[in-house]
Amino acid sequence: MVASVTSFGRNGLYDWMIQRVTAVSLAAYSIFLLGFFILNPDMTYTQWSEFFSCTGVRIFSLLALLSLGAHAWIGLWTISTDYLKPMVLRFIFQAVSGLVMFIYVVWGVQILWGL
Amino acid sequence: MNDKRPVNLDLSQFSFPLPALTSIVHRATGIILFVGIAILMYILELSLSSEEGFNSVKECLDGFFVKFIIWGILSGLLYHLVAGTKHLLMDLGIGETLEGGILGAKITIVVSVVLILLAGVWLW
Repeated sequence: MVASVTSFGRNGLYDWMIQRVTAVSLAAYSIFLLGFFILNPDMTYTQWSEFFSCTGVRIFSLLALLSLGAHAWIGLWTISTDYLKPMVLRFIFQAVSGLVMFIYVVWGVQILWGL
Repeated sequence: MNDKRPVNLDLSQFSFPLPALTSIVHRATGIILFVGIAILMYILELSLSSEEGFNSVKECLDGFFVKFIIWGILSGLLYHLVAGTKHLLMDLGIGETLEGGILGAKITIVVSVVLILLAGVWLW
């Protein structure tokens, strides 16, 4: 078995599992948010900001955000190892993906808690 | 580097069956969503910043161009969601045969096209 140092779980089986667990939480969050939009067609600012000040919504959002980081890393890693053959190009792609994901997580925490 | 590692095949030499195409679109929508998340997070930040921010988001979303972008991201999300659900079902052993794979790909396309059109109707 070839273990790659750049994969998320350091092992294909972990990556496979993490990819699926995070997929379920992202699917649940997407449906939850879309449902909220559909049920509130004429949303006001008060409704919207109250929604995102609920602890439950914040926890769910943070879960989705962290899931997104892991899910996107595994997906983009798979794509980069499949299609980008030159090592330098692959490394740059993975480094940029990792940096963007880190920015998303920190930015998301800042949006949710307004730090 | 070990020479026995798998090689990258020349993809331009293949003819793609339907399940291969839906799989590639699944990957492509994944990349689109990864970029699109930045737009969605910017909108979220602006909409939660203040009442004025919220109203300016509402105003922007009424414009055709912004609405079209949102529809695009939403379409990517819906397709990725449907194709991902099919993936999870196949992991459970459902539709793993050759016929099942082709049928699954067809269902993925039909369901996501319907959802994307419904999303368009809902947005406009």
